[in-house]
Amino acid sequence: MSSDTVFIAFQANDDTRPIIEAIEADNPEARVAHFPAMIKVDAPGRLVVRRESIEERLGRAYDLRELQINLVSLSGNIDESEDEFVLCWN
Amino acid sequence: MSVNAITPDYTGEIKDRVENFHGQQLIYIGWEDHLMYCAPLCIPVLPSLPFGTLRDQIIPKLYELHPDMAKVDWNEVVWLRSGQPFTPDPEKSLVDNGLGHKAVIRFRTPGLTGIGGSCS
Amino acid sequence: MNMPAAPNGPKKLSLKENYALLTRGLGWDTSYEDMDKAFPLDKFEGIRIHDWEKWEDPFRLTMDAYWKYQGEKERKLYAIVDAFQQNNGQFNVVDARYINTLKLFLTGVSPLEYAAHRGFAMAGRNFRGTSARIACQMQAIDELRHAQTQAHTISQYNKFFNGLHDPGHMHDRVWYLSVPKSYFEDAMTAGPFEFVTAISFSFEYVLTNLLFMPFMSGAAYNGDMATVTFGFSAQSDESRHMTLGLEVVKFILEQDPANIPIVQRWLDKWFWRGYRLLGLVSMMMDYMLPRRVMSWAEAWEMYFEQNGGALFNDLARYGIRMPKYHDVASMEKHRLSHEVWGIFYNYTHAAAFHTWVPEQAEMEWLASKYPETFDRLYRPRLEYWRAQQEQGKRFYNPTLPMLCQTCQIPMGFTEPDDPTKICYRESDYRDNKFHFCSDGCKDIFDNEPEKYVQSWLPVHQIYQGNCFRPGVDPTAPGFDPLAEVLLYYGYHVGEDGGEYLDSPDRRNWEQWTGKPAVAT
Repeated sequence: MSSDTVFIAFQANDDTRPIIEAIEADNPEARVAHFPAMIKVDAPGRLVVRRESIEERLGRAYDLRELQINLVSLSGNIDESEDEFVLCWN
Repeated sequence: MSVNAITPDYTGEIKDRVENFHGQQLIYIGWEDHLMYCAPLCIPVLPSLPFGTLRDQIIPKLYELHPDMAKVDWNEVVWLRSGQPFTPDPEKSLVDNGLGHKAVIRFRTPGLTGIGGSCS
Repeated sequence: MNMPAAPNGPKKLSLKENYALLTRGLGWDTSYEDMDKAFPLDKFEGIRIHDWEKWEDPFRLTMDAYWKYQGEKERKLYAIVDAFQQNNGQFNVVDARYINTLKLFLTGVSPLEYAAHRGFAMAGRNFRGTSARIACQMQAIDELRHAQTQAHTISQYNKFFNGLHDPGHMHDRVWYLSVPKSYFEDAMTAGPFEFVTAISFSFEYVLTNLLFMPFMSGAAYNGDMATVTFGFSAQSDESRHMTLGLEVVKFILEQDPANIPIVQRWLDKWFWRGYRLLGLVSMMMDYMLPRRVMSWAEAWEMYFEQNGGALFNDLARYGIRMPKYHDVASMEKHRLSHEVWGIFYNYTHAAAFHTWVPEQAEMEWLASKYPETFDRLYRPRLEYWRAQQEQGKRFYNPTLPMLCQTCQIPMGFTEPDDPTKICYRESDYRDNKFHFCSDGCKDIFDNEPEKYVQSWLPVHQIYQGNCFRPGVDPTAPGFDPLAEVLLYYGYHVGEDGGEYLDSPDRRNWEQWTGKPAVAT
């Protein structure tokens, strides 16, 4: 697996706060950068967004496709299921 | 292959052939090391225009807003035609100087390097 | 209802099954017409597809979810637009110079969103694989939404600022707008595979981050709530489009080794075309945003050199290399914005937005971001222009420029190894000369000259007399061709272009807001 950087960026708002927290908890190597109105998370090689981790913080059921509402951009190959949204370079 | 097209042997219309310019032709003029004028200029001219007229009357007017223009010594100027040095004959027409439609002519003015020596 | 109830209630489909039914189950093969007649355009480009079933759908967005989440995005956007209008948000931006980025965006980018809507509708019609058709259809709907939301949002600015009144008319006529227009028409007149490689991959995946991320972050930083919102609302769709672009390219490459050189040539071409188009973004970032987020050079390093490098490392296993001339683009990163701003400063009297000389503090910022080039090459002319302006002699270039036959930008770019020498390239074809700003643009022409001999170059069209309003008599006494061209463009002459400090926008801003014309 490559260690080139993958990234995902979200709008900076209250909806995305628990998402960013979940990503940080699940990806110890992730680096979070704050820009005006935008938060960008870089990770070496692979980054996972887990539904359960978001639900724990949100206190309700969450459909990972809701990510799209506040998504700004991303980089990497995507694999999406009900439980995980994964970005990686092969 | 000159184009990837659904039609076999497709050819395109050349939009800028000289016949479309009502008896005139285009010429492009660039002054080296003077990029305050951001790009070479494009003007329509008569193909019979003597090179000397272009040099003495037209070019100084095109670049009159540059503070270096008044300092140009036209006897020292180096001319380039399609990037190659050449010696134009001021009495002859553009065409007879090898400057046909859409020819590009550049001139270098030794000693002049633009505003504050910045090549602008 | 005669349907027997399932023993344990209706089975809930997994996301993958659900999406497979949408994208596989809806297609059929024609029986009384040849499939090649039903899909006449998906073979002439030379791309060989053996099995459309191998198409992978990265975002498994089914229609129910699509409408639900898109609807939610719309409600969010229009609530903010309402609040923005009701609170005179147009006066909360840093200063009125900022509005010029919106003028460029509305006339240069929004019409491309509409063109993308058309392009993806056409591409979708022409692929015989069902899942590719569905993906293109959804993107076509997204792109229409972008064109609409941008027009709706920016219309509030149109009530108060000049140059925003007729973007569609201008897009089809104005000299610098022929750059984005011809870029997109080049893609739309190619076959469907080249179109999606050009737009979905080369533009959306490789380069769009350079347009939207700095632009929208810049809007936020400069107090433009409305643009941030439509921008991010559109960008959330772009993530899907970018992903489609990567999947398209991987799918084509995996189908047949003969596809690899074709795709590589398209990547070379569309990287360079997209990069030239983004010259407009470079000047926006370095010169037009009164408060700057990052420099063009920094953005290029972050979004192209780093992310693009990772992407092409990933594609190396297919035999794909970095696009040709990516090294030239990196060499140009310290000069690009300055050269493009120089072009618009020269010809702003023929543009629908204003230009200006940066303030001293802004020049310090530029010098700090471009230590190798700014003070040596660009500051002297900016200070000269400022001095001339103070004497009432604001510099405008009165003569039309030479344009590149391919990208159609004035030939203001310099040699890769020498930022003081204009880069001239030329080709002879069918007894005519054609000129280019770069090796990248020359290669594109030389590969398909029959396409690019047809370029509608605005300068040449003006000289041919094709840019006057209907009924105008160019032989009438006192006829001023260049003044007439501005009317043909649909400008409000005296309001829309020219120096910012001399503009009605500047005077209105000071009068209506009581704030300085140039924020300090």
